[in-house]
Amino acid sequence: MNDAIWFRLPPAPSSVPHRPPTAEAPSVSATIDGRAVEAPAGATILDACRDAGIDVPTLCYLETLTPVNACRVCVVEVEGARVLAPACSRKLEPGMVIRTRSPRVDLSRKLVLELLASSVDLSTAPTLVPMMREYQADPGRFAKAVGSGLSSASSAAPSVSVASVLQPAKVDNDLYMRDYSKCVLCYKCVEACGTDAQHTFAIAAAGRGFDAHISTEFDVVLPESACVYCGNCIAVCPTGALMAKHEYDLRQAGEWKPEAQSVTDTTCPYCGVGCTLTVHVQDQRIVKVTSPLESEVTHGNLCVKGRFGFEYVNKTG
Amino acid sequence: MDLHITGGEPTEDERAAVDALLGPPESGWEGGARNIAQDGRTAAGGHSVTGERHLLLPAFHAVQDRVGSVSRGAMNYICRRLSVPPAEAWGVLTFYHLLATAPRPAAVAHVCDDIACRLHGAEQLCRDLEARLGPPLTGGSPAAAHDTHGGGARAGSSASASMGWQRSPCLGQCDAGSAALITRAGAMPERFVLAPAADASAIVEALAGATAPPASRTVGAIGTPRLLARAGKVNPASLDSYREYGGYRALARAIEIGAEGVIAEVTASKLLGRGGAAFPTGRKWDAVRRQPATPHYVVCNADESEPGTFKDRVLMEQDPFAVVEAMTICGLATGAAQGFIYIRGEYPLAEARIGSAIAEAREAGLLGADIMGSGQTFDVEIRRGGGAYICGEETALFNSIEGKRGEPRSKPPFPAEVGVFGKPTVANNVETLVNVLDIVLEGGEAWARTGTTASTGTRLFCLSGHIARPGLYEVPFGATLREMIELAGGVPGGRGVKAVLLGGAAGGFVGPEHLDLSLTFEGARAAGATLGSGVIMVYDETADLGDSLHRIAEFFRHESCGQCVPCRVGTQRQLELLPALSAPSAPSASSAPSASSAASAASVFGELSVAMKDASICGLGQTASGAIESALNLGLIERPVKGGE
Ligand SMILES: Cc1cc2nc3c(=O)[nH]c(=O)nc-3n(C[C@H](O)[C@H](O)[C@H](O)COP(=O)(O)O)c2cc1C
Ligand code: SF4
Ligand code: SF4
Ligand code: SF4
Ligand code: FES
Ligand code: FES
Repeated sequence: MNDAIWFRLPPAPSSVPHRPPTAEAPSVSATIDGRAVEAPAGATILDACRDAGIDVPTLCYLETLTPVNACRVCVVEVEGARVLAPACSRKLEPGMVIRTRSPRVDLSRKLVLELLASSVDLSTAPTLVPMMREYQADPGRFAKAVGSGLSSASSAAPSVSVASVLQPAKVDNDLYMRDYSKCVLCYKCVEACGTDAQHTFAIAAAGRGFDAHISTEFDVVLPESACVYCGNCIAVCPTGALMAKHEYDLRQAGEWKPEAQSVTDTTCPYCGVGCTLTVHVQDQRIVKVTSPLESEVTHGNLCVKGRFGFEYVNKTG
Repeated sequence: MDLHITGGEPTEDERAAVDALLGPPESGWEGGARNIAQDGRTAAGGHSVTGERHLLLPAFHAVQDRVGSVSRGAMNYICRRLSVPPAEAWGVLTFYHLLATAPRPAAVAHVCDDIACRLHGAEQLCRDLEARLGPPLTGGSPAAAHDTHGGGARAGSSASASMGWQRSPCLGQCDAGSAALITRAGAMPERFVLAPAADASAIVEALAGATAPPASRTVGAIGTPRLLARAGKVNPASLDSYREYGGYRALARAIEIGAEGVIAEVTASKLLGRGGAAFPTGRKWDAVRRQPATPHYVVCNADESEPGTFKDRVLMEQDPFAVVEAMTICGLATGAAQGFIYIRGEYPLAEARIGSAIAEAREAGLLGADIMGSGQTFDVEIRRGGGAYICGEETALFNSIEGKRGEPRSKPPFPAEVGVFGKPTVANNVETLVNVLDIVLEGGEAWARTGTTASTGTRLFCLSGHIARPGLYEVPFGATLREMIELAGGVPGGRGVKAVLLGGAAGGFVGPEHLDLSLTFEGARAAGATLGSGVIMVYDETADLGDSLHRIAEFFRHESCGQCVPCRVGTQRQLELLPALSAPSAPSASSAPSASSAASAASVFGELSVAMKDASICGLGQTASGAIESALNLGLIERPVKGGE
């Protein structure tokens, strides 16, 4: 009896191996909004703020990517500095005295949001709406100031619109589409496609100034580019500029209903890596697959099969 | 790296141009002839493959020089050779406005329509050229169609035409009154500057192959010139001639007193950087010298693209050995064995003269291993810019050298710690470096007796605009603006001064009431102005400042790297707001801006300007609104009465 060999459930998966803990880093003390804070050496101002429960808005920052420091919505005031500092990438230094809200900070944040909202279609960027409200951003005032300068002062509606990045959406394959009307040029997709995750380098920033944009080489269609359709760029895009074709089609048809969607975590059925999938279900059908940023295995990244290969589940009979 | 390359092979010419720079390809993997037996299934990897990316911009230049533009096939071949993903190469290619991405005529005139030349009829010149050659070539990347200063592709003049033209920002020839850079692609490519570009016919003739005799230009000084002591006298092509004028004595002295001695003298001289930021040079060198990380690098910033500035060009063209000698001293003092001099692409003569000076110095043992028996090694490589003002910002310049887009990095970390190739780097302006020769020879303290206590030495000022003898003038710090204007012969026709632009487009205007301003760092600061790169552009009482302001706003919109929101969109909004800022003094006719609407535009502009200064990543965005703001403050654009809407 004792010698009998019985089937046993495999042990619960152990956690992924971790790097051994490094020696306790010396800590840095500073003052944020009048509060004394301590943070490990190398921490950014944003890290310190989050530890202290202080909210700092971010747009181009993502925990899983190298900070690119481009949107400037996270700026804070550092006492003694000539200009504001980006919280997401500036390291906390000993003795820094930081204000995360001040008239100066608020003005810059407001202007950044107004500049974006006056030039980019933010209709699928819900995280920006409360931010705009918080900073009382009024993106229409540029057109109004420009327009009123050119037409008679009495005309109510601005007669002139200011330059924007509005352009036709690029739908050139069955898996995902790119609507650069909605691009805030946060570089997240470039980083996800490049050295921060995918190492495919299918897209990069091109052009310069107001004409800067994300592009494949010579603006070729995705099937002609190096893209492997992992969709990791979609996962990090904060504005919906990059979107799975499936979701895009449903939205175009008016059938995208986030409020009617349920979300379930599961494991990808395809290969032995066993990536965590978050399956978004609407009307009994899978409409989207993502992966949690916090997942130790994926950090939010997947491959083409895990992200897009769900249609077979929807085939019922 | 696993490159995915589609669509297009290089032509023979394109391949030859790249191979002339990089040598023949080693294997089929790099785009050479496929030879399975020889290439086998070996995989190249690591640094040997990815470590050549810094040759990307030189390779683009090679192809552009040969065929006039960079095709997809040519870019693909370069990508194979350097192991760069095509999307990234495209990002770099579209960053530089001297590079074209679609076929265009072999001969192209880049005609300056910037602020100084506008005061001398640049718009008329462009209209005349348009009548002769058709519309200008315009922006290359798809989104840049409305960008009239773009570098690019979509040919107004068709590719089959033999010549074309495009507008250009300041070419650093502002004392000539008009200027055009002529580029002719081919097996023997030509690049030269026509300044003055007297009229459309002269430009067309130059495009067709005529060469104009170089015009003589004004170089002047108060007192004994130091930086310009040799300019115009020494033979720029001869090391012997340079030695006759005292050349390479400073290097000998530097070797004698050693690195620490040099840094002590430079520190004692209180030399401040002449590139715009006025940082103490001695401190910078000392910081780099102390860095444990190796190797260290020296970068000479010769990207001089600030509208109105041409001082570094004159130094490089007239006294190239001095620049090379000063870089060598800097290398020995900071423990660097490699230097780069990054020369803007619009300066072919400076590039050629520095190039021959480097070659001659190398031959004479003044560059390379064991310089003058010191046991130390130092060499210099030239990098040609691609037409991007932002690459003058030091960290953007590093990225450009590394073969990346010229986007500034965030600081800290500062270049002394993390510079080009991630290594400790000392970056200095050309003029700053040339000062070091006399400092080493005379000793820092003695040298510092010239000038004022806080602004030591002499300064080069670039005088242009409405002035009798525009040119480059060297004066001890402390001269007043009025003295400078008088030195250059005053305003022609006895007219009065309406305003002076100090420091270039990134500087600001001062009014006639500031003519007694002492031209020192501290004097300028006290007056809320900046010396910047030494620009003094004079506007007489008849000048149309609105036109200049519009060109400045256009300049920043065109030159912003596009990385950060306050500058990328802010420079666009600034350009749009500008017309609404000026209000007529009388109540408005219906088509003119009214006082109250101008007031609302001014308040929007005011907030925008603060945010651009506070939240932009680099100096470009931080200074882009300065000139307009100063004009508003001086009442040069009539500031509307605060009235609300
Ligand atoms: C937009 C921008 C353009 C610049 N262009 C130049 C330039 O053309 N030449 C230069 O020497 N410095 C330029 N600078 C300043 C450099 O960043 C840097 O401060 C300088 O090269 C340091 O040298 P210095 O200490 O000798 O002045 C520029 C800075 C900015 C922000
Ligand atoms: S889907 Fe993947 S490979 Fe394609 S562009 Fe996005 S990140 Fe790059
Ligand atoms: S497409 Fe999305 S992720 Fe990419 S830069 Fe634009 S907004 Fe950012
Ligand atoms: S301020 Fe302008 S030029 Fe500088 S990083 Fe930002 S966008 Fe680029
Ligand atoms: S979140 Fe910090 S700059 Fe974008
Ligand atoms: S060369 Fe024309 S403005 Fe400088």
